[in-house]
Formats: sequence, structure tokens, C-alpha cells
Amino acid sequence: MNILDIRDLCKIYGQVAALLDITLSVGQGEWVAIMGPSGSGKTTMMNIIGCMDKASSGSVILDRQDLSRLSPAELTAIRRDKIGLVFQQFHLIPYLTALENVMVAQYYHSLTDEDEAMQALVRVGLGDRAGHLPRQLSGGEQQRVCIARALINSPSLLLADEPTGNLDEANETIVMNLLEQLHREGSTIVLVTHDLEVAAHAQRTVFLEHGRLARIERNTGRLPPE
Amino acid sequence: MGNRSSRFLFKMLAGSLLRRRSRMAVALFGIALGATALLGMVTLCYDIPRQLTREFRSYGANMVFLSSGQAPLSLDAVEKAVPLLPGDHLLGLTPFRYLPVRSAMVPYTMAGTDFSQAAKTSPYWRVEGRWPEKENEILIGADIAEFARLEPGRTLPIDGRNSSMSRFRKDLLICGVLRTGGAEDGLLFMNLAAMEAMTGEGRLADVVEISLSMKEEDLRALAAAIQAAVPGLEARLVTRVTQSEASVLGKLDMLVTLVAMVVLLLTMICVATTMMTVVLERRREIGLKKALGAENRRIVEEFLAEGILLGAMGGLGGALCGFAFAQLVCMHVFGRSIDIVFSLIPLTVLVSVGITIAACLAPARQAMNVEPALVLRGE
Repeated sequence: MNILDIRDLCKIYGQVAALLDITLSVGQGEWVAIMGPSGSGKTTMMNIIGCMDKASSGSVILDRQDLSRLSPAELTAIRRDKIGLVFQQFHLIPYLTALENVMVAQYYHSLTDEDEAMQALVRVGLGDRAGHLPRQLSGGEQQRVCIARALINSPSLLLADEPTGNLDEANETIVMNLLEQLHREGSTIVLVTHDLEVAAHAQRTVFLEHGRLARIERNTGRLPPE
Repeated sequence: MGNRSSRFLFKMLAGSLLRRRSRMAVALFGIALGATALLGMVTLCYDIPRQLTREFRSYGANMVFLSSGQAPLSLDAVEKAVPLLPGDHLLGLTPFRYLPVRSAMVPYTMAGTDFSQAAKTSPYWRVEGRWPEKENEILIGADIAEFARLEPGRTLPIDGRNSSMSRFRKDLLICGVLRTGGAEDGLLFMNLAAMEAMTGEGRLADVVEISLSMKEEDLRALAAAIQAAVPGLEARLVTRVTQSEASVLGKLDMLVTLVAMVVLLLTMICVATTMMTVVLERRREIGLKKALGAENRRIVEEFLAEGILLGAMGGLGGALCGFAFAQLVCMHVFGRSIDIVFSLIPLTVLVSVGITIAACLAPARQAMNVEPALVLRGE
């Protein structure tokens, strides 16, 4: 069963086509990487899948709901209930602790549960850093808080935009291992990256060029070739 | 559920206030400054007319009691009227009895009065020498001193007739020269009780001057009430004093109200600018919250809650500083302390909160328009 079905997706800004005729499906529990050079339409696609932008034409069906037919308030609700977002720049609230940053997502979703938020932090290996402010955490730790926040409401889809873009090699490994673990546990992941090694962790890699879907490759070994 | 949400909202607000101290201190300072100016102006607006009314009393009495008939006014009637005067506004009450006297064939007018009260109702009296203390001591007006070449220490023999035409004579000691620049400079003054003993008359007065720190309309109502209550007594306002006082106070009231309104407007601009800066600085955070699924209503609620908290804290701090400011102004200008109106504190806090909420509305609307995608891309 597919969690995401994209059919003939186009996004036009004035005279410029950012995305043209994209058709793609992502199955339940699948890990798909979207790759492409700058300006290829990766971020636009991520924004549309993440309900932060609307398509000019075509359809995007997420968990049986056609996003193109939804109002801004309904898109907000989808974002809250079905999508977990992981950002390249982490985007933690600077005056809240790691634990409170996770609880923010609960607060907007339904109700806060400190124990559950703590468990999410333990799951990403940050149980002992719960009371720290973002500025007291390393980049890798901040990204793990971001992942814990993305997972706290059990989303249908984990959407990660260059999650290792701001990390050193050691932290990149930690974060990718964590994503692999989440995938093994059944999470559906769509990951946007320009890094082949990162993309190689996914089951399939979708290549975008000038807003068009150039090709889709299946990563058999799930590990980057040496 | 609501309880847990409120608790987390409070946690976020506390985090925002305590962990962004420098930013929040600037916002608080802006609001407190506005509240200080507002409460300071309102206090002065209330207190300046009161202080000036007291200042105006240095120009003399603003009400007089006269006899409604031909005979002089009995002091018994005056004593009946005194309880009707508001004690906390009564600055002085001075009776005057005038009698023609002669000294070395020169006619003079002798005024009997109560010197301790005269100093209150006529603070502009200047005495060269000293005020009379004994029964045979008098003050002479400056014009008389010049004309008759009299000076303190000299004895002035006088004689005259009382209202029943009985003669009296007495040698009086000049202890001071009175200088007012007015009609008093042409009179002799002695203690009213000593005058009664000298002339053998009863307790009479031709006029009683009263100094009250009250507005013209209140004085008018009081005069009417006294006149109705005490037969034989006519209470009149000293129109030239009360009307010029009312005119000056009216203009001052208008001026201070205008200044207070300008201050209120500046306060609103100051607070609105502060809150707009807060929103601009936090566009990325708002975008993030929206990306996490926060509805516009929740974002606006958070801004309003933060505004209310800042408004209440800034308003309270500003109210206390406002009193200090008004006190400082009053002490420097009038040399007197202000009357602290404690009910102005919650009022100032409420106004500050109200202004902050109003000032938050435009930034909150701005926050609603923040696109999560744009903000998260760092635009």
C-alpha cells in the first residue's frame, strides 16, 4: 500500500517551472531519497509533500488524502498529524530545553506528555541531555532532538531535508544510523539530499533535473559503493 | 487536557521571558517607560490643579461672609457657619472689624483682626518689625508710616467712638509696618479681641475672609448652602479670584489632558514597535511552529499571552516609577508631596495590558501571514 502517490505534479512560478510532470509513489515503510543539483526542484517538492506549498497542477495523495483539494487550515492539520519534519538547520526553539522542544510538537498536536517526550529523547540517545538548551548541544545532538520531535506524534511520513547537511562525519553517521533504525522499525522516510552517500542509505533514489524526474534507481546494497 | 496545555503554554512563556532576558528586558523597559509616563502624567493631571489651588490661596481669600443687613455681622453667626466649611479644604478664616479713629486730629481707619488667621488668608502680607502680641500693640500700614513718619517702637495715641457713640481712647505701641501694596497699606491693625476690649463693643465683624482650596463651582454651592443655613449672614465669592483661578485651572486641565493623551499615543507607538520587533525577530520561530502544525489561532494566543504578561509586568513596574516621577516633579515645582491614588496602580496595569494587547494585534496579524516554507529556507 502506498503512503504517498504523486501524479503529474507541476509547480509553476510565473514563467518558471520548478517541477514538471512528476509522478512518484512511496510505499508504506519505504525509504526514498530525492537527489538533484541546486535548482532541480528538490526543496519545492519537499514543500509540497510537506503541505507547506501547493501544486500548480497534478495531485499529491498522502495517506489517502488529496493535498491539492485541501484548504490551508486542513493542510496545517495534515502537517501536524501525518508528517514529521527534520530540517538541515535543526530549527529548535532556542529558549526551550531539548525536552520542551519535543513537547512543542505534542502541544500543537494534542496534549503534552513529558514521559513520552522523554522516551523519544532516550530513543535518539539523548536522555541525559533533556534539560539542555539547544546552544548547549552539539550539531548532531540538535539534529537528534529534531528527529525526536519529528517522531513524537507517530507521523505517517518522516520528511527530512538535508538532515546531515550541517553535520560533521561522526555526527552524520550517528544520524544516518538513527534513520536506519527508524526505518527498520517501520517508519516511511522521504529524504532530500545532494549527497550520494546519504542517498545510498535509502531503498530508492529519485533523481530530479531541471524540475523533471530524470530517473529512479533502486539501491540494492543500501550502502554507498567504495 | 486544557490544564496541561495551559501549563506548557506558561512554560513556554516563562522560557521566553527568562531565557531571552536581554530582549525581554528591552520590551519590558519600553512598556514600563510608557506606563511611567502615563501614570506620572495622570497623577500630575490630578494633583497639579490641587497644588495650584493651594498656590492661588496666596493671592488672598476666595470667599467672604458679610452681614445681610445694616448692622455689623455677629461673630456668633460666623461660628454657626464654621461647621459647614469643609475642614480639609479650609486654609484660614479671618474676621475684620473696621472703626474710624483719630490721632493728633488725623483720621485713620483701625481694623481689628485675628493675626494668626490673617497670616493664612493673606500670606502676601509683609511685616517690617514684628507681628502684634500684646493688647496695646498695633501694625500700621506702609502709607501711614510714610505720611505720618511713624516707625516701630513709637507710641500712637488714638481716640474714637464706638457704634453706640461712646468715646474711647488709648495709647498704642507700633510694633510693625505692614506692606501689601494694596488698601491695607492705609490702615491701622490691632487684635480684634483687644479692639473689643478697647471699644466695649460686642463680638462683631464687618467682613470675614475665608480661604478654601476648592473649585469655583464647589465654592458657589457651599456659599449657597451656608447662606440658607445661617440667617443674617451673606456668603459671597471673591469673583476676581475665583474666576481667574477657574480660568487658569481650566486651561491647565486642558493642557495636561492633551499632554497625557500624547503620552498615551507615544506609549502605544512605543509598545507596538517593541512587539513588532519581537515578531520580526521571531519570524523563523513562528514559521517553525506553523511547520509543526500550529494553527494561526494558537500563534496569536501565544503572542497575546506574552503581551499580557509583558504588559502586566511592565505596567506594574511603570506604575511604581510613575509615582516616583510625579513625586519628584511635585517636590521640585511645588515643594509639596503628591497625594498617591493607589487605585491608579491596577488601572495603569490594566491600561498597559490593554495597550499591549492592542499593540500586539498588528504584529499577531503579521505572524499569521508568516509562511513556514519561506521562513525555514531562511528568507
